[in-house]
Amino acid sequence: MAHEAAEGAHGPMEQFEIHRLIPINVGGVDISYTNSALFMTFAVGLTFLLFWGATRRRLMVPGRWQSVAELIYEFVADMVKSNAGKEAMPYFPFVFTLFLFILFGNFLGLMPYGFTFTSHIAVTAGMAVVIFVGVTILGFVKHGLHFFSLFVPPGTPLAMCFILVPLELFSYMIRPITLSLRLFANMLAGHVLLKVLAGFIIALGLFFGWVPLLAVFGITLLELLVAFLQAYVFALLTCIYLNDAIHLH
Amino acid sequence: MPQFDPSVFSPQLFWLLVSFIALYWLVAKVAVPRVGEVLEQRARVIQEDLDRATQLKAETDAAAAAYEKAMADARHQAQDHMRAMQADVKAVSEKRTADITGQIGKQVSEAEARIASAKQAALDAMKGIAADTARDVVAKLASVTPDAGAVDAAVAAALKETR
Repeated sequence: MAHEAAEGAHGPMEQFEIHRLIPINVGGVDISYTNSALFMTFAVGLTFLLFWGATRRRLMVPGRWQSVAELIYEFVADMVKSNAGKEAMPYFPFVFTLFLFILFGNFLGLMPYGFTFTSHIAVTAGMAVVIFVGVTILGFVKHGLHFFSLFVPPGTPLAMCFILVPLELFSYMIRPITLSLRLFANMLAGHVLLKVLAGFIIALGLFFGWVPLLAVFGITLLELLVAFLQAYVFALLTCIYLNDAIHLH
Repeated sequence: MPQFDPSVFSPQLFWLLVSFIALYWLVAKVAVPRVGEVLEQRARVIQEDLDRATQLKAETDAAAAAYEKAMADARHQAQDHMRAMQADVKAVSEKRTADITGQIGKQVSEAEARIASAKQAALDAMKGIAADTARDVVAKLASVTPDAGAVDAAVAAALKETR
């Protein structure tokens, strides 16, 4: 029956299809405004609404929305401060943007008829590569060639260096891949699972359909947690990479 | 999987760039300064309140200390006053006692002198009375008028014996 659902008009992968809403082509490069771009626009718009609306009055004793805005702000600010130190605070707006973008992207994807742009490897890899390149440049600007000492853990005997340096270099180089794959795979798996289970509800009918319905309900709650958690992990890892670049061990 | 269709990479990356930059600008220019301002202002107000509370407490402590000191001073002053007063009273009373004692002594000595002179006068008068009585007795008994000088001498002699 799962097969039937997968091959039907609404397969589990169909939700990830990109539709060109406004086809644009500049110099042979396709930059069409797609459903993915639409939800990115929603994410930006909602973030703007939240922060602009919540901080319009700037009360000493915050209201509900102002509390939400302050809570998110302090959450990310504390994350940057405790993981990358006070010197990383100039990059706080970047980490904050990253967190909000992914958070809203994940949550918007869980809305009915929503599109999850964080479930596209192009998007997650785009962000991960920018972070990787940016952090590496920052490291070289801050420490010059000393930045290479990042690949030699402190107190390593010289003989061990021949094994450890390639290992460290490898683990550094795969950072953009792990960073982008983690978010991409989590979002993809969650949405596929929800779709497949939702297909079972119809297929099993009125009597047995309740079982997958309950499962979908539970997994939706879990996905809400994952949506927050993945945004948090992405921002947290960015902080840790920043820390590596700013404070060499 | 639609994710691995290379034809959708460029539109996604382009709009990712556009929306991310837009969001970054929004966060850096609106969200962070506004929320930061609120948090800073709140922290400042709280700090000011704490500072004022500390200052007021210090003032209260100072006032309490001043009050204690004033009380102690007043008590000391009162004790000094009392002591001075007691000394005054004692001095005055001693002086008066001495004055009265002196006066009484003088009066006593005057009285003694008066008594002595009265006694002398009485004795002198007695001498005359005795001489007269003796002359009268002699004249009655012996019908002789004795010599006045002899009588006086005899009376004086007799008085000397009785004394």
